[in-house]
Amino acid sequence: MSVLELRSISKVYGKGAAEVQALRDISLSVPAGTMVAVMGPSGSGKSTLLTIAGTLEEPTSGAVLVGGRDIAAMSGGGKARLRRRTIGYVFQDFNLLPGLTAAENVSLPLELDGMSARRAHLAGIKALEDLGLGDRAGRFPDQLSGGERQRVAIARAVVGERSLLLADEPSGALDSVNSEAVMRLIHTYCKRGTAAVVVTHDAQLASWADRVVFLRDGRLVDQTVPSAGPESLLEQPS
Amino acid sequence: MSVRHALLALLSEGPKYGLQLREEFEARTGEVWPLNVGQVYTTLQRLERDGLVQAANGEQAAEHEALGNTPGAPQKAYRITDAGSAELARWLRVPPDLSSPPRDELVMKVLVAVTVPGTDVHEVIQAHRTYLVQLMQEWTRLKEHDDGPDVAFVLVVDAELFRLDSVVRWLDAADGRLRRAMADGWTPARAAQATIPALARRRRLGVVR
Repeated sequence: MSVLELRSISKVYGKGAAEVQALRDISLSVPAGTMVAVMGPSGSGKSTLLTIAGTLEEPTSGAVLVGGRDIAAMSGGGKARLRRRTIGYVFQDFNLLPGLTAAENVSLPLELDGMSARRAHLAGIKALEDLGLGDRAGRFPDQLSGGERQRVAIARAVVGERSLLLADEPSGALDSVNSEAVMRLIHTYCKRGTAAVVVTHDAQLASWADRVVFLRDGRLVDQTVPSAGPESLLEQPS
Repeated sequence: MSVRHALLALLSEGPKYGLQLREEFEARTGEVWPLNVGQVYTTLQRLERDGLVQAANGEQAAEHEALGNTPGAPQKAYRITDAGSAELARWLRVPPDLSSPPRDELVMKVLVAVTVPGTDVHEVIQAHRTYLVQLMQEWTRLKEHDDGPDVAFVLVVDAELFRLDSVVRWLDAADGRLRRAMADGWTPARAAQATIPALARRRRLGVVR
């Protein structure tokens, strides 16, 4: 079963002459353990696709299913719970709260979800240790490097065993080595069973995905097919 | 890839045999460039002719056995000469020739796609983009299981990824530029009446020197 399924999604902003069709008839299925990258030029609908997948916005038509359940049939509270427990978000600018330490930033979503402060803190520390940031737990965001901040943001997105990770240009302005580290992490979580959708304009980052889909003018125009295996690259033409 | 200079680099560490050179060459290039042993010996002969390496006859038999080879029928070991070391130092610092404009087949296809009636150039560009990203996915898979010990291998994979990435970026740029131009009423026919004289343009690209 797919963790995320978009069925014929369309999204229209505005009315009449000011009408903008941001997405047109998009269908996309992301099974557990799979990373899908969405590529396309600015204004192609990439970010809209992600906010709809994350239930932050509703499509004009079509259905969004998370874990097999139709979002349209859920109450406001049900959707909020889904966002807290099932979906993790990683943003371009990391969005860490400056007044909280790395550990507090990571454990906050668990506390908001009703977990005791102590248990949430322990889970936060564990998530940071998983990402090699155990010794940074007590630091504030401005005491961390860009690469570390983004890893904290990823820890916050995956803490509490969430099954769907949504990332919008997750490497932001990081250099290529740190960007690769971010993609490697998301890739590792996917191998453990998470489903991820990563929006990026960077082909090197997208190439970490199992499948790359291309958007243009709100339409899904093409996608890569799973390869025959990397070994074929190293075979010499005879 | 200069096999000549790669062999000089390996010999700069000390005298070596042909087979050993082949094995070390492959190991250090992340086994991405297989080299046949014939190529190694031909190159060594040329290097010897040019005075850049010489046969290391003295220690030949002893080293041959020290390397774990059976005694008898010894192979020839080679050592680098002073002229060889100087040539290696020079080569490392000379930039490869990246100055001439690429007569790239992909560039040609896109330029031609613009002019062929009934052809959607954006669709042509997308087909190439999809293929390239797919190829990049395959290269990235090679890095997936590598946690860093084989730096040579990862450097080779990175080089290929950056090269493919630059082509994808060119396609993106071409796509955007053509869309804007076409929205402004540009057509290939009008391009033929461009204001820059053809010869000057070609000269600037280095087609005519």
